[in-house]
Amino acid sequence: MTYTSLIYEKSCPGRQGYRFPALDVPAIKLSEVLPQSLIRSSVPNLPEVSEVDVVRHYTNLSQKCFSVDTGSYPLGSCTMKYNPKVNEDAAALKGFSQLHPLQPQQSIQGILRLQYELLERLSALTGMKWGTLQPFAGAHGEYTGMKLFKAYFDKLGDTRRKRILIPTSSHGTNPASAHMSGFEVIEVAANERGLVSLKDLEQYLDDELAGIMLTNPNTLGLFEDDILTIAGSVHRAGGLLYYDGANFNAIMGKTRPGDMGFDVIHLNLHKTFATPHGGGGPGAGPVLVSQRMLPFLPTPDITFSDGVYQLTTDRPDSIGRISGFYGNIGVLIRAYTYILVMGADGLQEASEHAVLFANYVKEGLKKAYLLPYDQICKHEFVISAQEIKETYGVSAMDIAKGLIDEGIHPPTMYFPLIVPEALMIEPTETESKADLDRFIDAMLLLKQKVIDDPDALHAAPVTTPIGRVDEVQAARKPVVRWRPDTVSS
Amino acid sequence: MSEVRKGLWYTTDHEWIRLEGTKAYVGITDYAQAQLGEVVYVELPEIDDEFEKDDEISSIESVKAASAIINPLTGTVKEVNEDLEDTPEHINSDPFEYFIYAIELSDESECDDLLDADAYSAYLETL
Amino acid sequence: MMNPYSVPTSEEKSVMLKAIGLSSIRELFSDIPSHLYLESCTDIPQGVSEYEALRHLESLAEMNTLGVSYLGCGSYDHIIPSAVSHLSSLPSFLTAYTPYQPEVSQGTLQAIFEYQTMICEITGMDVSNASLYDGHTAASEAVVMARNAKRKGNILLVSETIHPNTLSVIKTHMSHSDLQIQTIAANDGVVKLADLEAMLSPEVIGVLVQSPNIYGCVEDYSGFADRIHAHKAMFIISSDPMALGVIPSQGDWGADIAIGDIQPFGIPTCFGGPSAGYIAVHEKLLRKLPGRIVGESTDSSGRRAFVLTLQAREQHIKRERATSNICSNQAQVALTASMYLSLTGWNGVREAAVQSLTKAHFLYEALQSVSSIEPAFSSPFIGEFTIDLGSAEQAGAFLSGMREHGIFAGVHLGELDASMAGLIAVSVTEKRTKAELEQYVHSAQEVLS
Repeated sequence: MTYTSLIYEKSCPGRQGYRFPALDVPAIKLSEVLPQSLIRSSVPNLPEVSEVDVVRHYTNLSQKCFSVDTGSYPLGSCTMKYNPKVNEDAAALKGFSQLHPLQPQQSIQGILRLQYELLERLSALTGMKWGTLQPFAGAHGEYTGMKLFKAYFDKLGDTRRKRILIPTSSHGTNPASAHMSGFEVIEVAANERGLVSLKDLEQYLDDELAGIMLTNPNTLGLFEDDILTIAGSVHRAGGLLYYDGANFNAIMGKTRPGDMGFDVIHLNLHKTFATPHGGGGPGAGPVLVSQRMLPFLPTPDITFSDGVYQLTTDRPDSIGRISGFYGNIGVLIRAYTYILVMGADGLQEASEHAVLFANYVKEGLKKAYLLPYDQICKHEFVISAQEIKETYGVSAMDIAKGLIDEGIHPPTMYFPLIVPEALMIEPTETESKADLDRFIDAMLLLKQKVIDDPDALHAAPVTTPIGRVDEVQAARKPVVRWRPDTVSS
Repeated sequence: MSEVRKGLWYTTDHEWIRLEGTKAYVGITDYAQAQLGEVVYVELPEIDDEFEKDDEISSIESVKAASAIINPLTGTVKEVNEDLEDTPEHINSDPFEYFIYAIELSDESECDDLLDADAYSAYLETL
Repeated sequence: MMNPYSVPTSEEKSVMLKAIGLSSIRELFSDIPSHLYLESCTDIPQGVSEYEALRHLESLAEMNTLGVSYLGCGSYDHIIPSAVSHLSSLPSFLTAYTPYQPEVSQGTLQAIFEYQTMICEITGMDVSNASLYDGHTAASEAVVMARNAKRKGNILLVSETIHPNTLSVIKTHMSHSDLQIQTIAANDGVVKLADLEAMLSPEVIGVLVQSPNIYGCVEDYSGFADRIHAHKAMFIISSDPMALGVIPSQGDWGADIAIGDIQPFGIPTCFGGPSAGYIAVHEKLLRKLPGRIVGESTDSSGRRAFVLTLQAREQHIKRERATSNICSNQAQVALTASMYLSLTGWNGVREAAVQSLTKAHFLYEALQSVSSIEPAFSSPFIGEFTIDLGSAEQAGAFLSGMREHGIFAGVHLGELDASMAGLIAVSVTEKRTKAELEQYVHSAQEVLS
């Protein structure tokens, strides 16, 4: 029997699940210290349940979530690798978790040192000079990067540079981040190899160019091998280069964005550095920069001199503060621990295995699925169900949902936008060969089902607590909160 | 094959316009609704707000897409179709019967830039 | 073993390479131009066992000092029930991705739906999203909403009493725009209606206030909503949600947008993060709300089902036309807060809030006996109040003296903004005992004598 209750539906008026310590100072009436207008009279409806109710409720809910700890999760561009448990132990240490963000600096030397060393290591790994750990997520890093671009041109007094070039295969956050920072977004086409078209790029190399945002390897899993030409052209035209580190898991210890000529980059610690995704966050999107971008980094910055770590806001050209305090510290601790355990060779090997596994799976699938760009890929690759859809009426969505019934999380669907009926597959290095083979077999089995019984796949998945959801109804008549008068099925 | 209705004016942004004196009723074409898929929401402009030609005046959303309505003619919004608030699906079933807003024109000469049904049909052929 | 989490045997690696038609790993990277290719990354130390790593982390943790904390200003030391700590690390919640595949994500989706409901109830608003990064960035998102909602005007009014870091974050966010930020001056530590009225104009797109504010003072917004709405501007109120156990909610004041940080609900202070920002709005703003939203629907068999909805607002569909770029949020933190709220219920929230208030007033009264500590304001407060030490130097000396007694006695507001030099915000939660409060007073007497 599948668990279906809302916590509200278990509520019983008057029940309380938690006891606070008894008040040990004299009680006072609210009206003694607050005027009537400042005392709340409305009574919110929160659940009234026991501790056991709460524990069972959330434990049951968690069992309705597919996770990395459940099984293979080949979700392209998301790097759903295993999240080591020791990282959780590190983040839970009281000397970190109970620190207050406004403690005096002499009482926070440990956490400052951790952040300083993390920045050093991320800088070394990417070939950048220094950075900030404040951004809460990849998109927040991109936003920070675009603010840095703006500050750089403002400092030069160059107000004409308004255009940011973004490949058609980019993540949606790229154009959104550029646009909300006041830039005009121009899409650059891909060439026949799926890479940035140098010919298309050329026409934008003028004094309105602010820069280009690239993911390398790109979202097709292909390395932009013309990167030095691109970087040279953009720099000569007076523009800057931004590196979206979503796919950094392909190249750790193999090559560095700094050496490629990037000026600003972000990394996704919740992808490449094995911190858990948490069902959508918290992540962390540290930003690292080249020499010329240093003056503009957000404040506070962390410095180290005479054996003392310090937070400093003395950066006159800084873009300012981008978060309330210092970012998702708990995530930073996990990533620091991961790097400590992995070391230089471990990180390099992670990328080697990620690329090896992706190519192995690609070879296993290409006899059954259309591979629009058949070449050595990096950590991920994209197949297309377009032929299958035209011939059998089975879409990428149907195949993705069919995979769920095989006990495997679907790949990323319908992305990148330049491949129709795309399925984007990223196995990650932490899968075993047996798991990779199981994924290949499941995909081949689904291809056979497409031919034998295409209609069956329209109904998939059938092994899950619910089937496909009516998204049109959800969006036309939004019900985004529970209300007591809601009649539930 | 998308329907194109005679007697209406069109834009290459796939809007139809019905002119009534100095007032223009604006909706989206059959082609546009088919491209969008099942419409879940139509954002209506505010009455009495003024818009220039080519301003983004409203947007239409489906589950997986969002499309801007580009105002075809400068003027002041005089009517909005409140039926669409509760039943946006009318855009799919009867795109030519459900206008989104009506605008009082401030420059009738802008109408010269609109396409007639034949010209719009020809434009669709090129897509 | 270089990478303990990726352990193919050398035979397996050979089989895979053979299947690809290659003979070495190096060939997999042949697309990287040779002068960009690295043999190794020597600037990073070699790996260690997890046992050694954890010992090292413990040594770093020990370099930090903890104490009896009266630190607040946006991050609060409340009691965290054991069940919350355990449940929040359930592996299937923790290691799942964003719930884009609803059939295998009903747990996360339902939990967020419940979270949205709880936030609406507490703030008195109609709809909430699934969380934002923190309370400060939530303020930026609210300002962007206000800006986009009004076609004319470019002035944002901000009360002088909001958290200085919130103002800094907004300034960075809006730096590219023509938005003008004007400050409403405070009077005895709070903003007053008359001061607001004097600054309202048709050019105002929104008004942002905070209660309890940076001084801990509680503000009275009677009449604010009507005046602000008369100018078609948005009324945005930031509140510590625990305080809403005592003071009126944003909905009670007629706000359009309610924001704040859910850290007080079972989230460790953790040097400021992760916490999560909440944002809840009037129904008419539902489709303008940034970030993820979970909605209820039905599945193909008519069963209740939850799904990410209204996605046409978001960056992955609207790309550069999206009004926010947010993608990852703080889902697991929101989940933790809803676990806390389920366990405590409204009575528990209220009790934590009332106890904090009672203990704060106990300390406030007791400090009257300490000469050279003056209350900075006479306006009402609940769990946090501000004392005036006269100068930055004296405030600094007092705080370091108290630290020697094992007490973090408060936040020197001058560190957040030089204009507040000498003022110390003292936060008291239900966690502080009477003995600790008395110790604070004794130590203060000693330090200041």
